[in-house]
Amino acid sequence: MHESFVVAGKEFRDGLRNRWVLAITLVFALLAIALAWFGAAISGEVGFTRVATTIASLASLAVFLIPLIALMLAYDSIVGEDENGTLLLLMTYPLSRTGLLAGKFLGHAAILGLSTLLGFGVAGLVIVVFDSEATLAALAGPFGLFIGSAILLGWSFLAISYLISAIAHEKARAAGMALFVWFFFVLVYDLTLLGILVGTEGQVSKGLFQILLMINPTDIFRLINLTGFEQVAEASGMLAIATSDNHSIAGLMALLGLWVIVPLAAAAAAFRRRRT
Amino acid sequence: MTNAVDLEQLSCHFGDVKALDQLDLAVHQGEILGLLGHNGAGKSTAMKLILGILSASSGQVRVFGEDPRGPDSGRLRFQLGYLPENVSFYDNLSGREVLAYFARLKRVAPSEVDRLLTRVGLDHAARRRVRTYSKGMRQRLGLAQALLGEPRLLLLDEPTAGLDPMATRDVYNTIDELRSRGTAVIVSSHVLPGIEKHVDRVAILGRGRLLAEGTIEALRSDAELPLTIRLRQQASTEPPGPHFHSAILGITDEGDGNRVLTVQPEHKLTVLNELLKLPGIEDLSIEPPTLEHLYTHFDSELNEGETQYA
Repeated sequence: MHESFVVAGKEFRDGLRNRWVLAITLVFALLAIALAWFGAAISGEVGFTRVATTIASLASLAVFLIPLIALMLAYDSIVGEDENGTLLLLMTYPLSRTGLLAGKFLGHAAILGLSTLLGFGVAGLVIVVFDSEATLAALAGPFGLFIGSAILLGWSFLAISYLISAIAHEKARAAGMALFVWFFFVLVYDLTLLGILVGTEGQVSKGLFQILLMINPTDIFRLINLTGFEQVAEASGMLAIATSDNHSIAGLMALLGLWVIVPLAAAAAAFRRRRT
Repeated sequence: MTNAVDLEQLSCHFGDVKALDQLDLAVHQGEILGLLGHNGAGKSTAMKLILGILSASSGQVRVFGEDPRGPDSGRLRFQLGYLPENVSFYDNLSGREVLAYFARLKRVAPSEVDRLLTRVGLDHAARRRVRTYSKGMRQRLGLAQALLGEPRLLLLDEPTAGLDPMATRDVYNTIDELRSRGTAVIVSSHVLPGIEKHVDRVAILGRGRLLAEGTIEALRSDAELPLTIRLRQQASTEPPGPHFHSAILGITDEGDGNRVLTVQPEHKLTVLNELLKLPGIEDLSIEPPTLEHLYTHFDSELNEGETQYA
């Protein structure tokens, strides 16, 4: 346990030092404020828009950005140390492979979690202060849920990038795999679903469709943030199909949590088998 | 007292490649063992098996009487130090930060970090980033890392490869110092000169097998390898004839009065005495058999043994 925290501490300090924390925080804060401010531009006016619209636009952008950041943050965490020669050395220390992985995840999860909380949190406060219509009470709930699910989404892609890093034998290959994973979950998957839906003229059973959405963490994240508001749900196209009252937010969050635990466990198993 | 390391019939295969083949070797506590052999002879593999990084295909490894991959291996690792062959550390951290990180992992007091940096001669560069370090400085940092927590067994994989003579001397001084403290050290090398004065015993590996082991002196007399004497005479003089002395096994003339003689080691002094009486001697030097000679000798001996069995 002690060793894992030592590793986590180093990873976190590395994140502070190479400006990852600062960069992610700034990107998220600017993105949120800009979307809140210009969100109404389409309807011909500039100024803060409704909270629901802001969160909907934020979620659609975050769904692209957060997985990419998480994958970039950790894709080389194991294969990189291997190429450095430091993994070999660490393995001779009183530190188990699972302990090393856990420590690295804790460190990276803290970097990502803190930046997400700070970035979107600051943006939320700015909106409350400058938007006369928004009150803290009205904003806190949906914005809190958005931040919470965004953090979970980031962690799930962190866990996936550990799996990539434990499997890959070269850093370059790990980068390629990370890019592929991002492309698949963020772009290809939904397009394919849409294609199936159109191709079969909507004959896919609703139950199957629900399940298909659940095997993509980005879709779970969208469901959490887009279906909470009726107006948004109407505007969110495909997801409207899945929108029904049988989704509890808590259940969806738990499912997203599962998307953190399962890839992480797989990464630990792959790391134990890895020959170093 | 249990041995620091006991290897019994140890084999390690990677697919068809036999990295180690039925190796039997013991290292006593406080002993300095030189592990010699060419690249790919199995030196690094043997070290990784002792450290518990690799698992053996067959046979048994015991370190201080315990299995390095067993349930208690975590405790055992506090007593081991390791310097890998190629290590580049974390380029973005300073030398001090790198060492502090490894010290925390090994639960070594932070005060030890500065003491070790001074000991390996890195105190002046402790706050510089490792990125700016030379090969020699990285090796010194690696050595400091291996010495964390006063290990009872230290494994140094090619610690002097690519180092200048000064740094090489420092590494050997450290080994001598460890010997006086009773630390067992396994140090691998592909060259014999330099290492021989600092090890108690050597084991020669070749193609994953133990070719020979013992003190260097014993191995030399076992192998009965001839000494090489280089002689420079005035060019006009006649070279010593083949019947100059019975202990001379061969003479080659390299021209310009340079002559190379191979001599039975036990008659070294009488031959030298005779040679010095020759006219026009300008220079004379003696070369003991190198690792290459020992290696070739024991390797061919092993091959002969095999053909006999077959």
